[in-house]
Amino acid sequence: MSDVAISLKSVRKSFGATEIIRGVDLDIPKGQRHAIIGPNGAGKTTLFNLISGRFPVTSGTIALNGTPISGLAPHEINRRGLSRSFQITSIFPRMTVFENIRCGLLWARGYRYSFWHLLGRQKSLNEQSERLLERLNLGARRNLPAGLLSYAEQRALEVGITIAGGADVVLLDEPTAGMSHSETDYAVSLIRSVTEGKTLLMVEHDMSVIFGLADVITVLVYGEVIASDVPSRIRANKAVQEAYLGTEAA
Amino acid sequence: MSADADTLPRVTAATADVTPPRPFLREHWPWLAAILIAVVMPWFFFNWSTGRHSGFVLTMLSEIGLMTIFALSFNMQMGHTGLLSFGHAILFGLGGYCTAHALNAIKDGGLWLPTELVPLVGGVGGLFFGILFGYLATKQRATAFAMITMGMGELVAAAALMFMGFFGGEGGVSTNRVTGVSLLGASYSSSWQVYYLIVVWVVICVVLMRLQTMTPLGRMANACRDNFERAQFVGYDPRMVRFYQFMLSGFFAGIAGGLYAILYEIVTFDTVAAPKSATALLATYIGGAGGFFGPILGTILVVLLQSGVSLLSNAWLLYVGVLFIIMVMFAPGGIVGLIGAHAPIARIGRLRELAVPYIRVLIPGLFTMLGVVALVELASFTTIGASQGKKLAVGGLAVDTATALPWIVAAAALLLGGFWLRREAAAFRRRWDALMDEAKAQGAAV
Repeated sequence: MSDVAISLKSVRKSFGATEIIRGVDLDIPKGQRHAIIGPNGAGKTTLFNLISGRFPVTSGTIALNGTPISGLAPHEINRRGLSRSFQITSIFPRMTVFENIRCGLLWARGYRYSFWHLLGRQKSLNEQSERLLERLNLGARRNLPAGLLSYAEQRALEVGITIAGGADVVLLDEPTAGMSHSETDYAVSLIRSVTEGKTLLMVEHDMSVIFGLADVITVLVYGEVIASDVPSRIRANKAVQEAYLGTEAA
Repeated sequence: MSADADTLPRVTAATADVTPPRPFLREHWPWLAAILIAVVMPWFFFNWSTGRHSGFVLTMLSEIGLMTIFALSFNMQMGHTGLLSFGHAILFGLGGYCTAHALNAIKDGGLWLPTELVPLVGGVGGLFFGILFGYLATKQRATAFAMITMGMGELVAAAALMFMGFFGGEGGVSTNRVTGVSLLGASYSSSWQVYYLIVVWVVICVVLMRLQTMTPLGRMANACRDNFERAQFVGYDPRMVRFYQFMLSGFFAGIAGGLYAILYEIVTFDTVAAPKSATALLATYIGGAGGFFGPILGTILVVLLQSGVSLLSNAWLLYVGVLFIIMVMFAPGGIVGLIGAHAPIARIGRLRELAVPYIRVLIPGLFTMLGVVALVELASFTTIGASQGKKLAVGGLAVDTATALPWIVAAAALLLGGFWLRREAAAFRRRWDALMDEAKAQGAAV
């Protein structure tokens, strides 16, 4: 049981009369890098929002490391070790790059809502933030308001905030969308290194990123899983080719 | 979960943490200068022949002091957490009422507390009501929060006239700060003693509020202001961040209210009413909500207008309103934002080149302003002034508001000044933009 990081059991989600997620069953073992692909409107981001607690499920259950998390608030899910990034970059634009990273660390380091610790004096916290900043290649930008970073840098920062707290389960929503080739290559190597030993669930459109990173690919079409397998077999899957790869990769 | 980034392989050696420590004086001299000014200020108005302090100046400076705490506590919600409150005065006023009752209890011998620590009663009162009202208001954010706080403000203002026991109705609660209980042996019967007590409390509160911005809660308040959703996904409940911030803000607002009770020895329902809340908002906006210092500058300006200009003009509130609108329209960052905007140009060392354009804008600006002031005063003297039996006089020269000439002169100053100002403002903007481009080109923009 505890070998499964994320487990979805007949998860459904409707917005009004429209059912977006139509009964998804999915088990993601610990330590796996798992990609979700599918045409636009397939419900990939909605699935992320359900897992991370941004939206409540209409029916079905979601479990994290064996304990049900459906119905919990996002911050409660985060505290249980699940962290996510957003399709549209979500950082703290008016705070410095360094502060952004440090904010990602605070809760995990047990500072909670403290108003009696002076952050400037938290040596180990600051060093840890600094090290992560270096890993993200953002050391030179540390004092810049995050909103002034380039797009690719903001994406890297968001990955940094996401993994800063040390969550074992990381959800990345199109981490390389809108990046150039070299930026993408860098992002992939960054993601690979920072998610080492963690469970990674990602939505991605870039096939080279997916086939380069993912151990298992799940194909979602109109709110249903039509295939879930290793990349080589997904590539060969007839149904997938028809529904997705055939049109997109052409 | 706790296997965090510490366990990740170290790619680079940890760089030295932040900036090297700077000498205390070098870093904090503006603060020390401000304290020094606050300490010596009353002596500039000391009447050496009679050996008396100016009561008016001391009261005004005391008002600036306690309103500084109030405005900064307001900015803990607005600038730092992104919570616009329309009812912040309830925390201030309720702190004041608690303090007034405490002073009376001390006087009666029912409570022992030295006068120096009495503002803490206001703080605890503010904290208590901060918890009470904050618990409800912080369930929401943005517009809903603003509406709830507005409702709470009205509720408390109405309650102040209904519950005689605590609020004393229209007459308020009178008290006497001379309780005879003091740590320093001061009687606080003279206003300079009260002023210095207020200065000490202002310093304590400003330092504490400043330090609070550097704590995990203070930073997460900024984070929730910037992007509350992101804050949720790093493990924080934005609602709790808002709640704690509101509560602490109540503590400081309560201290300000406590100082108010000590200063005026009476607390009436207007300490909890909407205009008091508006004063904090005006001061914060005019000074600048973005930085920590903004509300302090704004408070000084607003209190000067309130106490100084209100002596000279019936229309002082109108000037505050105009100033507020101008700031919101042309300088949303407030005075601090305006000063900060010069930083890139200062960094390339070409601030001097703005001197002439500034003077060229200021002259027509002054004309326009005089025109506006003259028109407003003429109008106010024909209406309110006439009913008060006052006569308008400029430099000892009586002006008859019933004749056309002063109106024509005022209107001409406004129109010509305004027209001239437009032209100069355009020239100023060109110069400004050119210098900014230069600064950007040299990479000094950020």
